[in-house]
Amino acid sequence: MKTQKPSGKSQICQTVVDLPPSGIRKFFDLVATMEGAISLGVGEPDYVTPWHIREAAIHSIEKGYTMYSSNSGTPELRGAVSAYLAGRYKVNYDPTAEILITTGVSEGLDLVMRAILNPGDEVIMADPAYVSYPACVCLAGGKAVRVPTRVEDGFELRAENIEPYITKKTRAILLGYPANPTGAMIKRDKLVKIAQLAKRRGLLVISDEIYARLVYGVDEVCFASLPAMQETTVLLGGFSKTYAMTGWRLGYACGNKEIIAAMTKIHQYTMLCAPIMAQKAAVEALKNGEISINEMVEDYNRRRLLMVKGFNNIGLNCFEPRGAFYTFPSIKSTGMTSDQFAEKLLKEEKVVVVPGTAFGPSGEGYIRCCYATSMTEIEEALGRIHHFLKKHA
Amino acid sequence: MLKDILKLLEKDARSSHKQIATITGLPEKEVAASIRKAEKDQVILKYKAIVNWDKVEDDHVYALIEVKVSPQRDVGFEAIAERIYRFPQARSVYLLSGTFDLLVIVEGKSMQEAANFVSQKLAPVEGVQSTVTHFMLKKYKEDGEIIGSKEELKREPLQP
Ligand SMILES: Cc1ncc(COP(=O)(O)O)c(C=O)c1O
Repeated sequence: MKTQKPSGKSQICQTVVDLPPSGIRKFFDLVATMEGAISLGVGEPDYVTPWHIREAAIHSIEKGYTMYSSNSGTPELRGAVSAYLAGRYKVNYDPTAEILITTGVSEGLDLVMRAILNPGDEVIMADPAYVSYPACVCLAGGKAVRVPTRVEDGFELRAENIEPYITKKTRAILLGYPANPTGAMIKRDKLVKIAQLAKRRGLLVISDEIYARLVYGVDEVCFASLPAMQETTVLLGGFSKTYAMTGWRLGYACGNKEIIAAMTKIHQYTMLCAPIMAQKAAVEALKNGEISINEMVEDYNRRRLLMVKGFNNIGLNCFEPRGAFYTFPSIKSTGMTSDQFAEKLLKEEKVVVVPGTAFGPSGEGYIRCCYATSMTEIEEALGRIHHFLKKHA
Repeated sequence: MLKDILKLLEKDARSSHKQIATITGLPEKEVAASIRKAEKDQVILKYKAIVNWDKVEDDHVYALIEVKVSPQRDVGFEAIAERIYRFPQARSVYLLSGTFDLLVIVEGKSMQEAANFVSQKLAPVEGVQSTVTHFMLKKYKEDGEIIGSKEELKREPLQP
């Protein structure tokens, strides 16, 4: 039977109609038809999950772990997450009530927004920011409030810049450092200022710390570990980047009992639970994954240095990122917009980069390039970009 | 700093001085000098490729030989080990703990050639009590590299 569309009326709800399309959609189609393209447009590690972690999952399947787990995740994994956070950051979360295992930080973001926002409530975030941040806020009926960040400030969101954007409707500040797309980090003293501001104005802080372990020459700070911040922080953590586990779809959310209970309520109706084999693998990752992390971080760091220096050498000013695996060079000297630059570069030189504007208006004049790719490809891509720059000089 | 350079070279012996300079933050000249010195001091012994000979039609046979020896007064195992490692057919020679003393890895063009080396050269060395030869049937992994099928990255080229 054919479903009849009521004439002239869209079947799609207004919220989704109004949701802006992804800024990189058109590039997908271009790339798909192209051979020999080098991609700096990825957003995940170039490692396969370390074998000992894969092996743990295989073993769990052999043992028959193929069922639902408890809604909030296996007690074993919640315990392991709690122990990991206590050991590394000295924050103590009760595994029975303050930790929820999610299908990636992606789900964690969606749950926290749906759990805390009333229609029209505002969430403050940096601009540029990871694409899901504003989208999750909108889908939950809230309003994303973007605070521009600048290269002069190392793309940090600063307390004094946040304050003017706080209104009666503001519910939360969403932080994501180390940051996608800029690779920026915020030092402890500046985070403390944000913490004090949030306390003073009664705001919740949501801290996406998915890239926390990918830092170079600086120490990561767990926002919940700042003085008196644990109660009013929702910590989102994941396995995707740290352990090269993007395909497993696993993460966790930690916070006070009330918020975690609310998030769990939504999760139990909409997701039921995270995949059990991924949870089994994650326990192994937390217990024995440190060696693999160190090796991967050393390897990312080499390529980070190569790419940053490379961009500066060919005349694209590149801010030195201290975290994640992205560089965010400025292309302002070319006179092109980010979008034009990315499209021309792809068509003429077959190098895939993501225009900064995909992450918000303040990304104009920048492109995001990921260095989670081989040194050979990085050098080849830099060579092609150099050629492109000379051609359009 | 030398350690950083060595680690990079161990991962990829073909890293250029320029690459190494960028990554370590040292001037290129200094990198070149450190490498020259490491070569001279025999910290770096040699640069070579890990070859998957199975892919090139070439006859290669490897044998692992357990060697029991009688250690000699004052020099222990050193003299016998030297007698053995001087043969070019002995690709690697290790002194081990356990039920035998030396492990010798021999490379030859054929099983016959390797066997001849053992019976005609190795076994007759003075002080060698006995040998047990194991022919290698297949190499799965060498020096940390999986031989044969490399895991390919199955990534989408564009992600937010
Ligand atoms: C900042 C940031 N947060 C969250 C995610 C999503 O992570 P997950 O795989 O845990 O859903 C990504 C993925 O690119 C990201 O860059």
